[in-house]
Order: sequence, then C-alpha cells, then structure tokens
Amino acid sequence: MQVNEYKPLIVAFCCNWCSYAGADLAGNNRLNYPAEVKIIRVPCSCRVNPMFVLRAFQRGADGVIICGCHPGDCHYTSGNYFTRRRMALLFSMLDYLGIEKERTRVEWVSAAEGAKFAATMNDFVEKVTALGENKRLEDLRCKK
Amino acid sequence: MSSKNERLRDEILKRSGVNPKKCMRCGKCSATCPAYDEMEYHPHQFVSMVENGDIEPLINSKGIYRCLSCFACVDRCPRGVEPAKLVEAVRLEVIRKQGANHLTADGVEAFLDGEIPQQAIVSALRKYSK
Amino acid sequence: MQRIGVFVCWCGTNIAGTVDVKAVAEALKNEPGVIVSTDYQYMCSQSGQQMIKDAIAEHKLTGIVVCSCSPRMHETTFRKTAASAGINPYMVEIANIREQCSWVHKDMPIGTEKAIILGKAAVAKVNLNAPLTPGESPVTKRALVIGGGIAGIQTALDIADAGFPVDIVEKKPTIGGKMAQLDKTFPTLDCAACILTPKMVDVAQNDKIRIFSYSEVTDVKGFVGNFDVTIRKHARYVKEDVCTGCGACIEKCPMKKVPNEFNLGMDNRTAIYIPFAQATPKVATIDPNYCNMLKNGKCGLCAKVCAAGAIDYTQKDEFIEEKYGAIVVATGFNPISMEKFDEYAYSQSKDVITSLEFERLTNAAGPTAGKLLRPSDGKHPHTIVFVQCVGSRCEACAEKGKEYCSKICCMYTAKHAMLTRDKYPDTDVYVFYIDVRTPGKNFDEFYRRAVEEYGVHYIKGMVGKVTPEGDKLKVQASDLLLNKQLHIDADLVVLAAAIEPDKSARPLATLLTASMDTNDFFTEAHPKLRPVESPTAGVFLSGACQGPKDIPETVSQAGAAASKVIGLLAKDKLTGNPCVAHSDEMMCNGCSSCERVCPYGAITYNDKEFRMPDRTTLIRRVASVNPAVCQGCGACTVACPSGAMDLHGFASSQIMAEVDAICK
Repeated sequence: MQVNEYKPLIVAFCCNWCSYAGADLAGNNRLNYPAEVKIIRVPCSCRVNPMFVLRAFQRGADGVIICGCHPGDCHYTSGNYFTRRRMALLFSMLDYLGIEKERTRVEWVSAAEGAKFAATMNDFVEKVTALGENKRLEDLRCKK
Repeated sequence: MSSKNERLRDEILKRSGVNPKKCMRCGKCSATCPAYDEMEYHPHQFVSMVENGDIEPLINSKGIYRCLSCFACVDRCPRGVEPAKLVEAVRLEVIRKQGANHLTADGVEAFLDGEIPQQAIVSALRKYSK
Repeated sequence: MQRIGVFVCWCGTNIAGTVDVKAVAEALKNEPGVIVSTDYQYMCSQSGQQMIKDAIAEHKLTGIVVCSCSPRMHETTFRKTAASAGINPYMVEIANIREQCSWVHKDMPIGTEKAIILGKAAVAKVNLNAPLTPGESPVTKRALVIGGGIAGIQTALDIADAGFPVDIVEKKPTIGGKMAQLDKTFPTLDCAACILTPKMVDVAQNDKIRIFSYSEVTDVKGFVGNFDVTIRKHARYVKEDVCTGCGACIEKCPMKKVPNEFNLGMDNRTAIYIPFAQATPKVATIDPNYCNMLKNGKCGLCAKVCAAGAIDYTQKDEFIEEKYGAIVVATGFNPISMEKFDEYAYSQSKDVITSLEFERLTNAAGPTAGKLLRPSDGKHPHTIVFVQCVGSRCEACAEKGKEYCSKICCMYTAKHAMLTRDKYPDTDVYVFYIDVRTPGKNFDEFYRRAVEEYGVHYIKGMVGKVTPEGDKLKVQASDLLLNKQLHIDADLVVLAAAIEPDKSARPLATLLTASMDTNDFFTEAHPKLRPVESPTAGVFLSGACQGPKDIPETVSQAGAAASKVIGLLAKDKLTGNPCVAHSDEMMCNGCSSCERVCPYGAITYNDKEFRMPDRTTLIRRVASVNPAVCQGCGACTVACPSGAMDLHGFASSQIMAEVDAICK
C-alpha cells in the first residue's frame, strides 16, 4: 500500500493552437505522463492572467505550467512574447514569496511535439514531486 | 589533420573575440588586403585555418608580421568576422610563447623597418583608438 | 442557474478501457447545476447525438458537457447537435477525457479520478457560459490595390476578371513599376516592355479598374469587408481626362535639364513630362519643383501649345474617399543606396553603376538608345566587372546593407553578362560571386549557358576595392579558387545592389495595422500555409513587399492574392468568431494598455457620455473592441489593469472556475 505517497497537483495552461494540440498528439501516440497534470485550454498563452496562476496556488496547486507556441510561431503573431515577459516577472515574485521557481514554468510546445509535451510533463512533475508539498498562498478575501 | 590544435584555437578565438563560423567565404578580406602578396596565408585562409585549428603554420609564418593592421578586412567584411583581430591574436601567441617581453622604448628603434610600418605601434594605435 | 446535462462517452474501449465511465457519470451528477448525467458508447454517433437532443428537450437543458475526445475533434459536432435541439451552440463544453486522460494513463482508478476532475472543471465552466452569437458584417464589393507595378497590375486584372471593381493607387505618374524599367527578363530573355505594356493597356481599358496615378493612400479606417480609405491625388497641373498625351507640351517646355528619374538620372527630361512612351495613363505631369510657371509665374508655354486645353496651373491636391472590402499591398522594392559603399567608388565615378542603371543603359528606350556606352565619356566599355551581393547578406554593417539574400541578383547578373557577351563579343566580362544561387525553373541552365556558351568569366571571390585612375577603374579582387589577388583594369563596374522594401511601406503598414519584420517586409499570416495574407484580416500581400521576388514568383503571388480577395468579396456577409474580447465601459479607465498589445488593431478609444447621479453627465474615454477584427487571443484581457476587458468563451471567471474545480 502506498497510502502516503505524495501526489502533486499540477495545473497546465495550454494554448489552443500549439500546445493543446501537442497534448492531443501525446495522447494519440499513447505517450504516458502523470495523471497529476490537469490541462486547461486557453486560446493563447497570453490569455493566462497572472491571477489564474495565483488562484491555482491559493487553492492548493503544487505546480503551474504554461505552454504556448514557439516564439515566432504564435497563432496571434505576438501573444507568446507577452506571456514570456509577464510570467518572468510573476515567477520571480512567486519565488520571493516562497513558491520555488521549479514549481512554475513556461514551455514552448508545438502541435507536432507530442513527445516533447509528455517529456516536459514527466520532468515537471518529477521536479515538483521532489520539492514536496507546496505552501498555500492565503486568500485574505476568503478568510472566514 | 596533424596540426589541428583545438586548445590553441579556442585560446586564439577567446583572445580575439572572433567567431570564424560567421564567415560565408566571400573572400572580400583577401580582395581588400593591401599586403596580400606579402602574406603566405591570405586573410580568408587565415580565418578558415583558425577555424580548423591549423594554428601552428600561422605561428611560424612570416605573414603575420606583414599584416599592416590597416583593418580594411575588418571594415569591409560583410559578416563582421574581423580577420585582422585573428592575426593580432596569433602574434600575441608568439610573444607569449617567448615569455616576457623585455623590449624597452629605447630598444624599439633597432627593430624598425623602413619598408613596413612598425607592427606593434600600428596595431596598438588601432586597438586603443577603436 | 443553468440546467446542465453531462454525457460521458465510452468511445468503445478507447475511454472505457481506462476510465470507469459509469463512475464518472455518477460522480458528476451531484455537481451544481447538473440535472442529468449519463453515458453512452459512442456520443458522436447518430444515436448518441439523438440522445443529447432528447435530453435537451426532456429536461429543458441550458448547458451541455460532453466528456469525450478532444474538442479539436468533435466540438463542432456537438455544437451543431445543441443548435439543432434549440440551444445556443456556445453552451457546449467538452471535457477531454480521451487524448488527455484515457490514452495517456494506464491505471483505471487514476484515469477515472482525473476524468471526474476534468468533468467537474467543464461543468464549472458551463455554469458560467453565456449564449454567443457570431457577429455579421456586410462586405463592400470593391478592392483596393496599393502599388501599380507588375504585382499590383496582375492582382487588379485577376480581381476585375472575376467581376469585382478594383482601384489601383500608384504614387508615380504611371503604373508599370520596376518592370517597366527593365530591358530583358530572365531566363527566357523576352523583353520586359513587350510582356508588360499589353497588361498595362488591359488595365487602362478594363472598365472594372480605376487607376489613381500620382496618388497615395493617406488614411485607412474600418476593418475587413468595410475599409474607409482616403486617397490623396496629387495635383499634376494637367487635366487627366482632357490630356491626349500628344506630347506637344514636352517639345516646347524650356526646362530641359531635369534629371530623369525613369532613367535613374542618367539623362534629362523636361519639367512637363510623360515618364515613358507607354505610360498608363498617358497623361502629362508638371513637376512643380522645376516648372517656371508654377515657381514664379513666368512661362506658360505648355498651356499655349496644348490644343486640348488640358493644362491647369491652379490645380490642387484632391482627396478621394472610397469604401473597400479588401486591400492588397503591392508596394514593391527599390535598390538600396550605394553611397555608403565607398570601397566601390560609386559616388566617385560615373562608370560605377548599379544593375538597374545597367538595365536602362541596355534598354532601347534608355538614355543611350540601347547602346552599351560608358556614362562618363560615351565610349564602348571593353572590360566590365560585375560585383554580386553588394549590400546583400551583409550582417556586420546593418547601417549599410541588408542581412538577407536579395534573391534576384544572381539571375539578372547572369542575364546582363550573357547579353553583353552576345551583343559585344569583344568585351571581357567578369562576374565576382560568393555563391551563385539559381533555384528556379531553367535558372541554373541559364547561368551555365552564360559561362559555357558566352564565355563569361565567373570568379569565386569578391571585389575589395575599386579605384578610378584616368579613364580606367582599377579593380582589386580575390580569386579564392586560384588563391590569388587579382587586379583588373575595368571600363565599367556594375554593382548588384541589394533590394529593400519601398520607403512608403512602413507608414502604410501603420495605417493598415499590418505587421512587418525588422527589414520592413510585410509579414504573412502563416509563412507556409497563408503566404499571401497579412495577419490583419482583409489585407493581402502581393509581390516584393512581402520579400524579394522575381517576376514569375511575383505574378503567381499576385494571382494568389487576387483569388483570396475574390473569395472574400464573393461573400455577402462575413460571419465572425463570437469568442472575441469585449470591454466593460463602466470599468474602463481609458489607459490604452489594451490598444497597445492588440496585434490586430481591433481596439479603439472613443469619448463617450455617461449618465451620472443628479442628472449630470460625464464624458470618459473608453475602449471598444471591433468584433469583426478581433481574433480572440485575449492579450488585452491580461493587459487591462482594471479588469474591464474580458473574452467571450474564455472569460476570466470561467477559467477561474476551472482552476477552482481542478484544485479542489
């Protein structure tokens, strides 16, 4: 019995055009990755508001990964550049708050990179598992 | 390739700050070189020999002292490879091999050649004014 | 509160093999809003879809969650199902429990647990879904082509051929562009004028095509299908509809020392001029910088000799406003300036010329009537040196040259060399090359013919410097294969100058909100699959404004752009994607953050009047999104500091709900 085995909770935001299709391809090719990864579909990685990432950490996520098209390949020409900058800022702030940089990641996965998607998720889950349980950001508004 | 010396090549590249991979083999450096006929290895060969690690023949060549350091090759290279900086780096290699440079200001005159501009002065001028 | 139906698909054993579908359906029953939750072997089948329709009718469902394969697979199918059962198609959400669950996990309990969570997330999202209706906008059935070179001409002819009216805006007094200046065309050597001028005549005679020559686009508003364009027609001081192009005025004009730009300044024209014999429209134009009458009111000879009475010294610039459904950019290219390449002595010697100048020198209608004569002394040159890649592939000197390959130079240089050897076999022709690039039908054969049959000396190497000495040009060059430095006494040096986009392209791109690369070439919507469309809807690209191109490529791209325009204009209405951004005017602070990140220029700011308490009003600057232009990326929603921007279909609240459902 592995009752006490720690399973992290991973939220993955995937852009509809590249990474979500890459995740589908990983499925088509039956490439396994841990079930801890739950994917949320967004039109573009630039749709991911830093609020969503914070919310995930408030609600107990152990890691958040954002996947988008490779730089230069964005379906909307420039969306992933915004993501790159926004998340660089957000992640360093989170690191300062005590949520380690290994728990957050931006990765470029194209629609053809099913294998990369699976490998990325395996690697990410492994890194987050190694870190152990996350500190939960407290949502002061929800305090009862 | 027997003369291939990767350690020395890396040292030369580090010292000169030149990336010979940028070279697209157009030969404009050799086309523009005023000392071309004086050098047994011409500027474009110099670049490719350094890239291949053929440094020993360059160290032993007289051509490195025939380079005027006029920087025409640096100025006109369409890819920014800067061959003259490689020549300078190889010259430095020779000096370092010989150990400390004991030349004093008074001793310079004996080395001056009426035909060719004094190498060290010219290259120092180029280096510090660029 | 929504009334939600959950439908869990087995997909045969594809899902049911790893996921306990019954348990999923059971678990989702207790989610908020769920009225009915069931499973079936194949949801996408006819009977599966019927099951959904029946449930909608029976339980008065307002939202649907299908736990099945990827939404990229069957989202459209289930949306249609919902629509046919009378609920809004955008009330359907898919939980991807096949590609992203059953296919990637092996263990039944783990797969089932994840499928339940994915289902819960979808239910949470549907709870916040709102019915969406795609917007419709009418299409103005007229196209605008900016640029009247071969690209613009071909695009206009093809669009007109399909029956749609087209306007060409050309900034020069005549259409024709660069091709009109060329002598022969590679690799078949037909004369450029012989194949171009009939097309120019076709344009002039086509009653669907209007030519606005000597004009430019000064303003563009609107969006795909509905552009409002302002065209500034420069005063040419000649009534276009009266002038017969007889040329009597040109003979009489006393200002005969105006550099002739059509011949690149190698000869002179008069102040009133027609650029070349086959100009279209064939109408005279007065150059206000040189005309004595316009400058100081003394002369008026042209008006006296004009039998038609077409001269009008008081003419003013005219502004024309017109509506268009589609805009084609065909602004073309120019050779770069050679002034900065001192080593080739371009500014010191008249006998160092660019390839385009060489075209004019060998053209029968050019300054030397087609005889190859040196510009300095009019003598026949016996030794000609061609230098390739002047300014092309030039990475180090961004202020001088261009990083890219200009693509056309290898072929036109081979053409020039071959034609010179053909006409003047007593001439020595040297071509200095770095690489000879001839990827094209019959291109390499052409180049080899220049070497093998015509005896052109191709030398692998580069010219280092050119020094004028007496009436000779001393050329110092390298021959890399012989490993020698060469010294050639040349009579003429021809530089294959890099080409760059026309200077008008950058401001035009700003007007059109069309994106450009760092070299000022227009970017295509997709480099492989949508090469003639700009990412901005309704704007299309034709010819060298998108990248260096030769004539055959330009013409095929022009035709492709035309077919895309025809496809757009053939529609009566454009149906948009309803998943677009929208702004809450009450929350908008007017900061313009969203406007700056929008890649499509879909966001505009307007002053709007708001009712305040006590019957007062307040005027505030607020954002509004044009749903026909917005593509729904959501960049603005994140950039908005006040949270006024949101995206239909992927609302912040919906994504938050998904996050919450997953992280429970």
